Amino acid sequence: MTRLLLDDLSVSIDGTAVVRDLALAVADGEVVGLVGPNGSGKTTALRCVYRALRPAGGAVWIDGRELSRMPLRDSARVIAALTQEGRADLDLTVEEVVALGRAPHLRGNQALSARERELCRQAMARMEVLHLAGRGVLALSGGERQRVLVARALVQEPRVLVLDEPTNHLDLHHQIRLLSMLRGAGLSVLVTLHDLNLAASACDRLAVLSRGVLVACGPPAEVLTEDLLREAFGVEANVVPHPLTGVPQVLYDLGAATTTTTTTATATATATKGN
Amino acid sequence: MPMVVVLLAGLLAGSVLLAIGLGAAAVPPAETLRFLWAAVTGGSLTAEDVTAYQIIWQVRTPRVLLAVLVGAGLSVVGVAIQAMVRNALADPFVLGVSSGASAGAVLVSATGALTALGIYAVSAGAFLGALLVSALVYLASRGSGGLLPLRLVLTGVAMAFGFQALMSLIVYFVPDGESTSTVLFWSMGGFGAATWGALPVVAVVTVVTVVALRRSGRSLDVLALGDETSVSLGVDTVRLRKGLFVLTSLATGAMVAVSGAIGFVGLVMPHLVRLWAGAAHARVLTVAPLAGAIFMVWADLVARTLVAPRELPLGVITALVGVPVFVVLLRRRGYLFGGR
Repeated sequence: MTRLLLDDLSVSIDGTAVVRDLALAVADGEVVGLVGPNGSGKTTALRCVYRALRPAGGAVWIDGRELSRMPLRDSARVIAALTQEGRADLDLTVEEVVALGRAPHLRGNQALSARERELCRQAMARMEVLHLAGRGVLALSGGERQRVLVARALVQEPRVLVLDEPTNHLDLHHQIRLLSMLRGAGLSVLVTLHDLNLAASACDRLAVLSRGVLVACGPPAEVLTEDLLREAFGVEANVVPHPLTGVPQVLYDLGAATTTTTTTATATATATKGN
Repeated sequence: MPMVVVLLAGLLAGSVLLAIGLGAAAVPPAETLRFLWAAVTGGSLTAEDVTAYQIIWQVRTPRVLLAVLVGAGLSVVGVAIQAMVRNALADPFVLGVSSGASAGAVLVSATGALTALGIYAVSAGAFLGALLVSALVYLASRGSGGLLPLRLVLTGVAMAFGFQALMSLIVYFVPDGESTSTVLFWSMGGFGAATWGALPVVAVVTVVTVVALRRSGRSLDVLALGDETSVSLGVDTVRLRKGLFVLTSLATGAMVAVSGAIGFVGLVMPHLVRLWAGAAHARVLTVAPLAGAIFMVWADLVARTLVAPRELPLGVITALVGVPVFVVLLRRRGYLFGGR
């Protein structure tokens, strides 16, 4: 069943089309990875989903309802987001920040119920930040802060989780833990990732954006090809199956970046496009 | 938390009683209480008490109560504005309100406009000047995504310079002694002009501001996580910022109109309270009005007793007392606001 649907989404910023006719569906419990080179429109597409941006054309649908027709609070109960925003302004404690995930479920300054406090505790334990509960968020390291913000998103009890570069600042241990947690959470997940090997392991499907256009979409084994890496990313790399899992893994050396990245727009048109 | 509130409320009540009694003619607290009781219940007094009673009830009580209201108001408005523009340096006057008020007051006193309003003419001029600046800042800071925090601050600072120049121009062309003292009063602030008549308006404005801001405590916390995150948490940042702007502009305008631009309190109190009570707005907005009121009552007491019978400008005291306290506290604790 389709949970989240990006229906021919188009976004222009200052007259330049940043995302063009993006059509992408995320099924119930599916993890979809959005990959692509810098400036390909990944973050812009996500911003439309968590409503920081209003698409110029097309629409986002959640469980058959059009997002722009829903009150912000209602959509916030269904969709939680991890944005790329940096540090907070105020030195709130980790516990307080995580509890703010309940904001769309509470009226005014209504206190958290016992169940909600337990929910916060569990989310912090899951992201391994429980020991930081009383610490101020401004004093945390980048990786710790990232985990706190994911815990906050989990506390929102969403059906859809949107994450923009969630592995930023995370060490290898926490990258793997976060992505395996995403796989096991039973949520519909739309996530942007730069690490293609991690994306191939963690995602049911990969959607490749290049210059705002979806150039490939499907299971990692179908999408992640040497041709696509050359055309969309400008990288001459080898794709080999993972010896244990069979998931495609990208291997490259420092001579792999081709000098023709600027001509990818025409080349990508020939890449596979499916759903 | 309730203990702290009770403690601060008790401290405030004690401070008010003391401050009403103390002054050029000191009245002991017991006597002060007797006079206040007589005033409220309509009891009788002896002939020799009348002068003291007049001082207590007609002069000092409205003055101290105004200090309470403005101290509380400036503190919470400071908290709200720092959250609204996401800047630790913001205070109630960062958006140019005080310069607008000064210019409005000077214009009225120089030209004799608004005479229909009698003794409130200058205050009305100050309020209108404050509103004019707020409206200009609002219009200039609007973008497609609502009020932009950085643009708000920059426009506000620019407007402040503009209206200061305008004020200087008026003083230059209408050089009477009145204008100069008006300028000094409005730029340093003070409660010397306090009357019972102005109290109800300020009381309503302050109470409404405190209550409304407290009710949006959680939204203000969310806003501190960033605008995009706020939207993803269901907080309409455009509407919230608009509401904060209107509320804080009206409140600041009303306070400046009765007491001038008392600096420092609205900048420092929010930080001091956060240092002490943590950053969550529900707590900050509970403690800040009480702490601000206590501080203001004592600052005003010092201002009018230190070199009595002369009176020091209140802004001098708030800065002289507040700056060292603030600097020491900032250095002593690991206080963070959006950076190190």
